Amino acid sequence: MDLSIAWRNLWRNPRRTVIIMIAVIIGIWSMIFLTAFMRGIVVDMIENGIAELTGDVKIYARDYKNDPALENRIENPGPLISRVRDHLPAGAKLAARVRVNAIAQNARHAAGVTLAGIDPEMEAGVSFIGDGVSSGKMLSPAVLEAGASEASGNGILVGRALLEKFETEIGNKLILMTENTGNEIVSRAFRIRGVYQAKLESTEKRFVFITRGAAREMLGIGEGVSEISIMLENHEQAGTVAKELAAAIDPEGIAITPWQELLPMLKAYIGIFDGFILLWYLVVFVAMAFGIINTTLMAVFERMREFGLLKALGMRPWRILRSVLIESGFILVIGAVLGNALALSLVYTIGRFGLDLTAFATGFAYAGMSAVIYPKVFLGDVIFANTVVIFLGLLVSAYPAARAARILPVEAMRHT
Amino acid sequence: MATSQMIPRDMIPMDMKMAWRNVWRNPRRTWLTISAIAFACTILIFMLSFQFGSYGTMINASVQINTGHLQIQAKDYFEDRAMRRVVPDPHRVIKTVGGIESVAAVTARAKAFSLISSGNRTYGAMVIGIDPENEARVSTLDSLVREGEFLAGTAAGENRSGENRALIGRLMAENLQAGLGDELVLLGQGRDGSVAATILKVGGIYESGMDEFDRRTLHMPLDTFQEVYSMRGAVHEIVVRVSSLDRVAGVKTAAAEKLEHIPGGGDLAVLDWDQLMPGLTQAIKIDLTIGIIFWFLLVLVVAFSILNTFLMAVLERTREFGVMMAIGTGPGRLVKLMLYESGAMTAVGIALGIFTGCIFTAIFQVYGIDFSGASEILSQYGISGRIHPRLSLVTAFAGPLLVFGVTFAVSLYPALKIKKLKPVEAMAHV
Repeated sequence: MDLSIAWRNLWRNPRRTVIIMIAVIIGIWSMIFLTAFMRGIVVDMIENGIAELTGDVKIYARDYKNDPALENRIENPGPLISRVRDHLPAGAKLAARVRVNAIAQNARHAAGVTLAGIDPEMEAGVSFIGDGVSSGKMLSPAVLEAGASEASGNGILVGRALLEKFETEIGNKLILMTENTGNEIVSRAFRIRGVYQAKLESTEKRFVFITRGAAREMLGIGEGVSEISIMLENHEQAGTVAKELAAAIDPEGIAITPWQELLPMLKAYIGIFDGFILLWYLVVFVAMAFGIINTTLMAVFERMREFGLLKALGMRPWRILRSVLIESGFILVIGAVLGNALALSLVYTIGRFGLDLTAFATGFAYAGMSAVIYPKVFLGDVIFANTVVIFLGLLVSAYPAARAARILPVEAMRHT
Repeated sequence: MATSQMIPRDMIPMDMKMAWRNVWRNPRRTWLTISAIAFACTILIFMLSFQFGSYGTMINASVQINTGHLQIQAKDYFEDRAMRRVVPDPHRVIKTVGGIESVAAVTARAKAFSLISSGNRTYGAMVIGIDPENEARVSTLDSLVREGEFLAGTAAGENRSGENRALIGRLMAENLQAGLGDELVLLGQGRDGSVAATILKVGGIYESGMDEFDRRTLHMPLDTFQEVYSMRGAVHEIVVRVSSLDRVAGVKTAAAEKLEHIPGGGDLAVLDWDQLMPGLTQAIKIDLTIGIIFWFLLVLVVAFSILNTFLMAVLERTREFGVMMAIGTGPGRLVKLMLYESGAMTAVGIALGIFTGCIFTAIFQVYGIDFSGASEILSQYGISGRIHPRLSLVTAFAGPLLVFGVTFAVSLYPALKIKKLKPVEAMAHV
């Protein structure tokens, strides 16, 4: 019965109720929508970071991280790979690569690049290069057919931006220069076989791909690889999977690292971002709270006579307190529901096409983001935003409610 | 309307007085409303100052470490960093540009991509030839040297102890496993396509906090660079430092004009920091745009929070307004009265907000905000450790102005409701 009385009281002054509800709706909407927007940016940065040959979990020789040189490699990856495969969760994929710093050169230009020796068929679903090339041909698998082997063995894939920078085209030669295991400078000519496009221009300038066979031949590393990169279905699992792998496999001489450790910058960014969300929620809430207190105070004061009468009739103070709290509870909950609905439907609408901000593309690339943003809703954020608003909202309504409950019947009935 | 013409001019202050008294009929409500407005202003002033402060730090850091305010380069060098696109006669250009007002310092640089090897490691990097004396006036490179010392001046052409020294970044030193005094072998391509090779000793190690810079650059004396890379006296960039950021545009125009008049000047281009680092300005614009959306929504929430106060001020006084109208007060004057009332509350709130906002911001401006926990990411943007918000006229008044605009728009709704009142009905209202 208290509920239905509170509900009716709420609509004694519909305009006032609607106005404060709008404040709550806008508040919650802005909390959820803007958070989803920012989360979209962060998720995108994580995905860019992980797809840029990082992977969710990476396995490499223990000293490789501090000294990414060829001599710190996994000598015999075969048995290791099959053991890792046994312990991976369903849906996970992995790829082994050789990776070394090199200089790419043609007649007119030279630039530092990262040379990656890959197994093309393993990369599918693991890194961006697995998605194939935008023009030209993909590196063919290491199966060496007679005649075709030459063409494939000296093929190289480069990024579109690098191709433009070097003023060259598919079919032209590119010379790669690097150090082999004996610390001797080796250089070899490759023929540009295909061109890939990545989300970020810096990626396109940084990576060039050859087959692992060609890398093996050029660098003299035998079966060795620099890294084994694992892609999971859910980025969040990386930490646990890395731990499980380390426990299951005797990790002597190798390190198994999740992306959070591989990309500390991104982790720091997410930290700043979480702090900002908390701050933003509080600021919006405080702005809302002034309105909630004021409106509830008004609603209480114009009914003081009524509260006095109820008390004179024998109503307990806590029941008056409760009925006022239920009234603001209604406002908060209805506002929250509508605010959520509005935010989620907007996120859904924008999410289908993405928010295209290519006008700012250079700036986004500067910060490691892509220019089309897909807002992402995290359940945790939604729950958090609603809890903050409803819980703290009830807390601040307690002040006017307590004033109503404390009123003395005699005074109140004199009140006009 | 006849009534409004009947009001003598000296009555107008009375309206204000009346409005002011009405505002304080319910002090608690008024204070809550004022606090909401003041709160919004304080937050806006602080956050905007914070944003602008971090942009200033970002721009200055990047400009000082890297590009300088202005650069004069061969046309097309910026798009295509080829060795052959040079400024052939740097002395003349430096002399010309150095004479322009507000130019603080000028230096020349030459750049070549090369292979750098220590005993057991080889990496590719950008080798930059600098004029140590002038470089120190243009950039902060000399103060970034953490180990060893900055390159000595080679003005007299003498090379102390007869060997060439180089400065390298901390990350490059780690990658190369090289320390002070170790020898590095440079291998690259000269301006004419010939092989350029030399041996340098590590004379200093610098740390800028920008990973890319610390990993991929090596600095050596310009004269040695010109010899090794057969530059024949040419350089790639003339870097200009201007006395302050807002003078850059003027200097740019003046420099472009003067260059027209020197031989070969037509092949040169003047670029400002905005063109040299297009990503930076855009990143700032994105951040600012996102910021403005956030602040606008905040103001909207505040506006709806206080709309009820304004509305109640009208609704609970319906009877009173009916009486006033019955004794001859025009509805226009009542609307004005209402706007005075909401205006008074807004004005007090904004004044209070500007006051607390400025004090709050000024405190942090002096002490800075410590972001050491997040320094890794900030260093990517060239911000180190502490951020100082920067209070300016814009940051102090832009936010409050937004609050004022939105609040005024909101207060129109209840005020205009008065116009619909009919004296008899209004007086019957309880």
